Amino acid sequence: MPSITTPTTLTKKALAILLATLMLLSVAPSALPSALPFADDKHVSVYSPVATYTLPVLDRAGREYVGLLELLEPLGRVSTQSDGRRLRLRYDTVDADFVAGKTRAKIHGRDFDFGAPFLIENSRGLVPLSSLGALLPLFLGTPVNFRESARRLFIGIAGIQPSFRLDAGNPPRLLLNFSAPVNPTISTEPGQLRMVFKRDPVVSPGSQSISFDNKVITHASYSEDNGNAELDVTANQPLMASFSNDRRTIVISAVMVPVQQTPAAPSVVGTGAGSQNPAQARPAANSAAGNNNNNVHRVLVAVDPAHGGEERGAALTDTLAEKDVTLGFARLLRHELEIRGFAVALLRDSDATSTLDQRAAAANVSRAGIYISLHAVSQGSGAQVYTALLPVEGTSNGVFRTWNAAQAPALPLSRIVSAAIVAEMQKREFPVRASSASLRPLNNVFMPAVAVELAPGTEGIADLTSPNYQQRAASAIADAVVSVRDQLGVQP
Amino acid sequence: MIPRHLLIGVAALLVLVVAMGIYLRQMRRQAKELESPAASALPVAPPASGPTETVTLYVADDAAGVLRPRSAQIPLPGGRQQRAEELLRALLRIYQQPGAPHPLPPAADIRAIYLVDPGAAVIDLNAAFADQHRSGILSEQLTVNSLVETLALNVPGIQRVNILVEGQTRDTLAGHADLSDSFDVTTIEGSQ
Ligand SMILES: [Zn+2]
Repeated sequence: MPSITTPTTLTKKALAILLATLMLLSVAPSALPSALPFADDKHVSVYSPVATYTLPVLDRAGREYVGLLELLEPLGRVSTQSDGRRLRLRYDTVDADFVAGKTRAKIHGRDFDFGAPFLIENSRGLVPLSSLGALLPLFLGTPVNFRESARRLFIGIAGIQPSFRLDAGNPPRLLLNFSAPVNPTISTEPGQLRMVFKRDPVVSPGSQSISFDNKVITHASYSEDNGNAELDVTANQPLMASFSNDRRTIVISAVMVPVQQTPAAPSVVGTGAGSQNPAQARPAANSAAGNNNNNVHRVLVAVDPAHGGEERGAALTDTLAEKDVTLGFARLLRHELEIRGFAVALLRDSDATSTLDQRAAAANVSRAGIYISLHAVSQGSGAQVYTALLPVEGTSNGVFRTWNAAQAPALPLSRIVSAAIVAEMQKREFPVRASSASLRPLNNVFMPAVAVELAPGTEGIADLTSPNYQQRAASAIADAVVSVRDQLGVQP
Repeated sequence: MIPRHLLIGVAALLVLVVAMGIYLRQMRRQAKELESPAASALPVAPPASGPTETVTLYVADDAAGVLRPRSAQIPLPGGRQQRAEELLRALLRIYQQPGAPHPLPPAADIRAIYLVDPGAAVIDLNAAFADQHRSGILSEQLTVNSLVETLALNVPGIQRVNILVEGQTRDTLAGHADLSDSFDVTTIEGSQ
């Protein structure tokens, strides 16, 4: 990396990388803005070709201030000297002289009027926010575009303008195209999807409000405030967002749950003792099947055959893709669950491409009692059962949960499900182990969630496509779900 | 004119210097030959001679699905960051040996490690590391756990680790292990 020259720039670069990495893709339901961390703090965002950063805005004597050194440091070489009353600053070749409490300063040999007193606190120089538009060109030698009311400062860049395209299919989709990759925080609430751009220089699409000629996705609006730009899309159905085109396109579509089971009338098929109970829509008949079956018609199992479409998963052999094994295995598991009285939503029932966010959203929206993701691998033997790699937390965690830790409150129950699958597989002498994995979308679903990775048995790779082998694994999983069924109703 | 005896004296000194040089080189080579059998008996041969330190690497074992501690020698470098890089390169050499318990592609490499205070580390892998990594939940997670634990248990103060590929964030290592978020060291240690 030839651009890294000094330890300071290296640390800065690493920090920038880290910050970028920590940007969460948040599609958490009911993510109210007031619940977002630091939402109430005032910030100014600075966008420039060399750095994009956010600085705190301080209130002093009824005016807004920002630290001068913090503002200039990411843009070039700065040094300061202060005796508590006077502050000398050098930015590249520009010298400036400030005096605490004075509204005037000397910058590059010229007088500059802040319009409010310059402040020094702990040897830190603070300048009035309202002066930035006039002050910065003196140091940088280039004009800047400061939108004071939104607290957004553009230095030498034009900004990223979004464009909209509505694809009026079924479900309708709204494609938002950006001229550069974007990384918004996305949240949903009934009828609205909100994208907040904290670090992207996104600017208005030309109009503050855009209406669409569509009965599902009705309009979009743009606003900017407190250093952020925000795009809101309004619809009369739940929406979800996914990225494509290297994060230059955000695809917003109405959520479609593949199998929409209404809790009162699932396609329950009786089995064993319950088979005298064919009346699907008669709750009274269900309770006659005994205590154990009380929850039968309430528990929906979301079964997710991992990968699919362009995303093939592991190449198990030269011709066998993981996505095909998982789909066959999922259909078998659906059957095994249905004959045990569960309703099943298969999150993919064809060779379709579906993003991890779409899968998580579909599982969450379906209000399934449990989520099971299926994978396959060519190495190892038997099966491996995974729960999300997250710290376990208490269940009372407030309204807001980050999308990446949505699973945390359900994790203890997920581990119970995992242990039940291990126990059922061991009964069938199926080699099995349980562990944790940082595997999406396990961490994004609210209900108990496990992933099962099927590995070959004694017959090698051929086992992975053997109905007999898959059947043994599927019936073990289904029996395990039966054994924890009573706990699945009590969700946090 | 330079006196003849002085010329002879200078010539003799020059010869002596050259002879000493040759002798020293010979001595150094012998010393190296003496060192090398000892070095090859170690689990991992350090890439350079010079002072070394003993560290504990957490080596993935695919068959058992666990990490196993293994001691190794790494060169004693000056900086904390250099030491972190040496650590993970020593780990990588184990995975690239024939018959390794958790094989990684021969072209896999660690481009750099950034230690960002407070408590964060960023591991930057090369493209081959991820592109040629076997796809599977277990295999990918073991790689992540091994890198994170080896780093965290040898370099004090690391609480979070981010993994980049060619300096860029990437969704997954090879289709499964999620690299989009940072790894919490305590959580990974607790999962073992
Ligand atoms: Zn997979």
